[in-house]
Amino acid sequence: MESEVGSLKLNIVAFCCHYCAYAAADLAGSLRLQYPPSVRVVKLPCTGKLDVLLVLDAFEHGADGVMVAGCMEGDCHYQLGNLNAKRRVRYVSKLLKEIGLEPERVRMYNMSSAMAKQWAEAVTEMDETVRRLGPSPLRKADCAGHT
Amino acid sequence: MIVAEQKPLEEIRSLTGDAKRVLVVGCGTCVTVCFAGGAREAAIVTASLRMASKIDGHEKAVTEATVQRQCEWEYLDEIAEQVRHADLVLSLGCGVGVQALAERYPDAVVVPGLNTTFMGLPLEQGVWAERCAACGQCILGLTGGVCPIARCSKQLLNGPCGGSSKGKCEVNPEIDCAWQMIYDKLKSQNRLHLIMEITPPKDWRTSRDGGPRKIVREDLRLPVAGKV
Repeated sequence: MESEVGSLKLNIVAFCCHYCAYAAADLAGSLRLQYPPSVRVVKLPCTGKLDVLLVLDAFEHGADGVMVAGCMEGDCHYQLGNLNAKRRVRYVSKLLKEIGLEPERVRMYNMSSAMAKQWAEAVTEMDETVRRLGPSPLRKADCAGHT
Repeated sequence: MIVAEQKPLEEIRSLTGDAKRVLVVGCGTCVTVCFAGGAREAAIVTASLRMASKIDGHEKAVTEATVQRQCEWEYLDEIAEQVRHADLVLSLGCGVGVQALAERYPDAVVVPGLNTTFMGLPLEQGVWAERCAACGQCILGLTGGVCPIARCSKQLLNGPCGGSSKGKCEVNPEIDCAWQMIYDKLKSQNRLHLIMEITPPKDWRTSRDGGPRKIVREDLRLPVAGKV
């Protein structure tokens, strides 16, 4: 029997770079690789476009976890975008802790457009992490407010 | 520019207390360019406060507004309605902005979201350094454009002291010795004779002596009816 935690419907938002992670996710689909359905992909021209506010917005609007997936370090199409994103993810992770959310709810991944398997693994890992933490306390607060 | 740093969210939350309706006011000038209290930072603090209060079960209605310059009353008039509807105003301006808000809206409870740190400049993206201490009597003309009041740890007028070593300050080896910089600059400009002049003790009356300072420019004041 599926455990209560195991059956949780999670929302994980993945901010993906157009040049790598988004293409890797596309390839994973073409290859029929299986990964958890909790992930919702948002395409960015580059993870350098990632703003702290985008991540906060995702959490405020019901995300249980956010993954940011950019090119391999040193391979950014715009040279340094993924490294900028890495620092912002670190910053937002610290901010989440101050807000009262677990910092592990946001994480940066790096992959190339050919790394479909790694995309599936990354989503699986993120899904497991968030499943272990449970739904975002913000969603719980929402539910409590409606009952 | 005035350089400030955001207070930790925990302190901001404690300052907002039990207020149910909080207005976060950003400033579009100095604290925008030092990434401490502009529109973007106001949006981040607003979202953070909203989420934190929701998690702890005492949900607040947090909204935001950013004015062009918080330190001038005229710019504060546009947020009058929002201030009126708020239980508490969290200012993301410098200390001047906080006080301008508090003076313009005497009934509003205004608290600071930033620690105003110094007057300085950006050395590179993300790094700011102090350059002026607003002492009220500028001596940069004698010191090659390097201020010993703001940049010498001991504010010496006839330096360097014995703690200057290889161009660094004994207070912290990461601090450049201001008097080494003054010497190098004057030497490169063949103006070293300036350093040989003994500067008498500074007249601090232009600084904090005598309380808060004020400048009055009669040529700029608007005429008052009935007075010539």
